[in-house]
Amino acid sequence: MTAALTVQGLTKTYKNGKKALSGVDLSVPEGSFFALLGPNGAGKSTLINILADTVKPSSGQVSFLGHDLFSERRWCKQRLGVVPQEIAFDPFFAPRDILKIMSGMFGVKPDIAWIDELLNRLELSEHADKNARQLSGGMRRRLLVAQALVHKPKVVILDEPTAGVDVELRKRLWGFMRELNANGTTILLTTHYLEEAEELCDHVAIINQGKLLTSQSMKGLLNTVGSSALVLEYAEDVANESLSKLTAFSPRIDANKIFLCLKKDASGQNNFNAAYQAAIQVLGEAQSVSVQNEDLEDVFLRLTNEHQS
Amino acid sequence: MNWYGCWTLYSRESRRFLNVKMQTIVAPALTAVMYLIVFRYAMGERSVPDLDVPYFNFLIPGLVMMSMMQNAFANTSSSIMVGKLMNMQIFLMMAPLTAFEVTLAFLGAAVTRAFIVAVVLLLVLVPFTDMHIEHLWMILFYGVCGSIIMGGMGMIGGMWSKTFDDMALLNNFIIMPLTFLSGVFYSVKQLPESWQAVNHFNPFFYLIDGFRHGFLNVGDTDPSQAIAIVSMATLATIFACWKLWQTGWRLKD
Repeated sequence: MTAALTVQGLTKTYKNGKKALSGVDLSVPEGSFFALLGPNGAGKSTLINILADTVKPSSGQVSFLGHDLFSERRWCKQRLGVVPQEIAFDPFFAPRDILKIMSGMFGVKPDIAWIDELLNRLELSEHADKNARQLSGGMRRRLLVAQALVHKPKVVILDEPTAGVDVELRKRLWGFMRELNANGTTILLTTHYLEEAEELCDHVAIINQGKLLTSQSMKGLLNTVGSSALVLEYAEDVANESLSKLTAFSPRIDANKIFLCLKKDASGQNNFNAAYQAAIQVLGEAQSVSVQNEDLEDVFLRLTNEHQS
Repeated sequence: MNWYGCWTLYSRESRRFLNVKMQTIVAPALTAVMYLIVFRYAMGERSVPDLDVPYFNFLIPGLVMMSMMQNAFANTSSSIMVGKLMNMQIFLMMAPLTAFEVTLAFLGAAVTRAFIVAVVLLLVLVPFTDMHIEHLWMILFYGVCGSIIMGGMGMIGGMWSKTFDDMALLNNFIIMPLTFLSGVFYSVKQLPESWQAVNHFNPFFYLIDGFRHGFLNVGDTDPSQAIAIVSMATLATIFACWKLWQTGWRLKD
């Protein structure tokens, strides 16, 4: 499988000394629907902004569809569409004009049929000729999506495209992205809606504190890294000090619940008994005990907690 | 070259000011007319000492050039400033346009705005005088160079400014003094010797004087020296804009 994007040793230290990326390596397969996840401040947007050419990297290399991103910017930019996280719009023009201008700046004569389709699919047709200042927040965000797609890019990067977009619209937006993906467009997205990522994406990478924690297929992550968790529920909130005594089970506290990770040994037996015994020894008898299969959110929280320094 | 992209950006930058004609074209014309009315009554039929031209005729080309320069500066600086504040400059950075193409488009639009303002002003003001064009090439040369230099300074100022306060600072403490002390309202020959020398370090002085020369056939500067200085300043401005945009100075930090 060829890679749409290969990132090697990418670092970025901002002028104020903040280290946003400390050597990220990442490969995004061509044609994939790729989720890039991480808590706030993990470095996701910095990575995307470097790809979009709005931030300069400190060091590192990026190959885009087999071309060097930094030395062949024009070639790469013509095939890349980016939806930025922060809402931005041109206050001087209406959406239809903005799309024509965007297309022109990419060196593409505006394809009116495609612009109409974009406006229609993103439910902006009614507002196409109003000034962008009159659009609501959700509409402006959809306009950003349309702007990123207007030159028909091979790779689309969406940095939290659904923040502030209502459920129904979000579903339709994802439906549209799925169609594009089915037609061969590689899609990389960041989102805080992990359920959506789990449902949509076939690949996932998790970054935290500027480092890559894992990158693999969604199935692979949920099967190998994702395990099951023992959940003990207590009458009162679980004290944080207990975490240090249960480190063998990668514990995580959520108010009055504690989650312990269950791992399988070579013979396929998991360590349920050991975890259970350890927990009641440290915390006492629980009110209720259950076992949950980890979903993406659990894996995400566990991995990012484990690597908290 | 992404000519089509460059053309699109040029037309975007031009449409931006054409969409708000009252503010960008009518307002400067009104300001200039008011200046002229005031000076007409204040100065009467007096002539400029040493040059032997009516003060009123002397004033018109200077005012036109000053408006051109201010409008060229406003066009690029406001575009980049608004782009920064609305976070919209990212679209420009994401587009496959080289720094040279961006510079060309921005400066092209600045020159266009300056010339539209100049034509409007001349149409309004010239009927009140017996002035006519003596050297068209000089008017065009200084008009284009002046707009490029000021458009370029607007680009650089826009990149440098983080807030509207920064921009106001630049405008009030650098641009305004340089334009006011460039000989729009007086001939440098009226100044004491030491100030005449200082004036020769003001690039705007050559622009205004050369532009006026095209209308009046008299001037304070040596034409060949002025052409050399203005040409060099123009090229240096274009080069600075190009290189600063290329490095992403204060845009991609």
